[in-house]
Amino acid sequence: MAKKLGKRMRQKHVRKNKWYEFQDKSYKFIALFATGIGILVLCVLLYDVFSDGFGRINMEFFQDSSSRRASKAGIYAALGGTLWIMGLTTLIAFPIGIGAGIYLEEYNSKSRMSNILEINISNLAGIPSIIYGLLGLEIFSRTLMLGDTAITGALTLSLLILPIIIVSTREALKTVPYNLREASLALGATKWQTIWYQILPASIPGIVTGAILAISRAIGETAPLIVIGAATYITSVPTWPTESFTVLPIQIFYWIGKPQHDFQVNAAAAIIILLAITFIMNGAAVYLRYRWQKKIKW
Amino acid sequence: MRPFYGLGTSNRICITNSIIHKMKKIVFIVFASSILFACGSKNQKSEGTDSTASEAAIKVDGSSTVYPISEAVSEEFEIENPSVKITANASGTGAGFKKFIRNEIDVTGASRPIKATEDADCAKNNIQYLEIPIAYDGLAVVVSKENTWVDHLTVEELKKIWEPAAKGTITHWDQVRAGWPHEKINLYGAGTESGTFDYFTEAIVGEARSCRTDYTASEDDNGLVSGVSGDKYSLGYFGYAYYFENQDKLKLVALDDKNDTNGKGAIIPSKETIENGTYQPLSRPLLIYINKTSAARPEVTKYVNFYIDNASTLVPETGYVALSPEAYKLVKARFAAGTTGSLFLTLKSTVGVKLEEILQSTQH
Repeated sequence: MAKKLGKRMRQKHVRKNKWYEFQDKSYKFIALFATGIGILVLCVLLYDVFSDGFGRINMEFFQDSSSRRASKAGIYAALGGTLWIMGLTTLIAFPIGIGAGIYLEEYNSKSRMSNILEINISNLAGIPSIIYGLLGLEIFSRTLMLGDTAITGALTLSLLILPIIIVSTREALKTVPYNLREASLALGATKWQTIWYQILPASIPGIVTGAILAISRAIGETAPLIVIGAATYITSVPTWPTESFTVLPIQIFYWIGKPQHDFQVNAAAAIIILLAITFIMNGAAVYLRYRWQKKIKW
Repeated sequence: MRPFYGLGTSNRICITNSIIHKMKKIVFIVFASSILFACGSKNQKSEGTDSTASEAAIKVDGSSTVYPISEAVSEEFEIENPSVKITANASGTGAGFKKFIRNEIDVTGASRPIKATEDADCAKNNIQYLEIPIAYDGLAVVVSKENTWVDHLTVEELKKIWEPAAKGTITHWDQVRAGWPHEKINLYGAGTESGTFDYFTEAIVGEARSCRTDYTASEDDNGLVSGVSGDKYSLGYFGYAYYFENQDKLKLVALDDKNDTNGKGAIIPSKETIENGTYQPLSRPLLIYINKTSAARPEVTKYVNFYIDNASTLVPETGYVALSPEAYKLVKARFAAGTTGSLFLTLKSTVGVKLEEILQSTQH
């Protein structure tokens, strides 16, 4: 009897094992399929954009600005504006975002107030970007009288990406082992010395990666800049942040809205440029992470 | 891993504690003051450059229908006057007036005349404006290329399709005219934020902004074009310029307003019928409004005169219909005289208005 039972149990076991094996394999394929969808979409997008717009990219395309004729239109003003916005947003958002991240992670003590602060920063990251546009329009453009200028755009986009930078800075700081801080303090270093000489160097790859990804999100934003009134027709690059500007996504948006087909081609070409900028920035993030990661020894 | 919160107990007994506190304060003060300083210097700079920049900068905004004309004019103007920087935008007629009333822009384009409420707001903010009619636009009523049964529609029939009461009741083509197929009619039209919507509803339904709501509405005219062209049982309307650019995909519908004084029978929209006023009631004037204070600046005066002088060549290029040469003469005289206020506020309706007549009537 006992023998029989044992056999039956063994059979049951074998059957169960087969089911687990099947489950094991199928989950792998489900995961592969999920990954494939993203890559497939990217490939279709790249193919579509490149087949439409690649032939349009030439020197004139970089030297011309807004024009009613598709063949004379280019991205000079838009590319210049995008670079301005990128630079200004970096200058504004990096110090504030990283500073806030350091405070929340290193100085802030656990209290009800800090909990509320943390939850709200996470909430900020989920607010639709157009709301930031309205905020920027009211505060920077109208109350501070900055108008529809590059500095207004940069301040608005800085607000937009601050939560992302803060969260990624905190995540990066969290990866630094706690012993490192204790060791540093034990050796007589002050708190700031610990942060400056130990924690920041160890976490800089993560911080910079997060910040660069945040900036590359900012330069793809359209809605908030339309709300603050970035120009549709403009032929000059701002010489100072207090001048009117436009950016690539806005140029693309208005070209797509034009009835003539040639403008859709222009839009595709401009999308390629925008994609190139994003890829370069993401590539830089990956590279810096790799470079700096190697230097860290503990 | 436990995150690092505050100072450990081991530090509290440490002598360096007070130093750390001082350091914190110093860093905070330096940080705060640098931010304040940065803001302050920014503001100073902005005031400085604004006053110099505004001398040679012109800001244009307003209707997305007028935008292509403003774009063409600005482009040509900048070629002749490279020192003047023009920025143009296409926020829509209503949004353009809002900015105009806030004194944020110099020139705003409008696909309908200024409303009495907007005029009152201008007066409240001490803004005087100059009104310049610049072109005609016709609204095209279109169906799909595959549509074989519609050759013309009467204004009555269009009203029957678009009036608010049609919601949920007029749903099939055979309800519009007997003999047409019993197929669902799919409607595409302008979104409520556009001047096109205001104009179409006023001209067809008889009351501005009164319209059925169960149709595909969009401010993106290209979206409407692809919607109508890809749907055999569709009907839509939008600016004539968009039909003109997509003639191969769409079929134009002739309109009959049952009024023989402005052309007998059904009239198909074309440059001729829009200009000579026979394509009624769906042709409308496009206008620009100029802030009178801005107009005193030499570059703005130059720009507006350039606008009027070149409209007869640039307007047709953008797909709209130019005014008659004498109308442009009257308009230019009106701008030179600096006559403020609107021509249209006293009129009950802008449908079927002949510009030359009202321009001449206000001249004397």
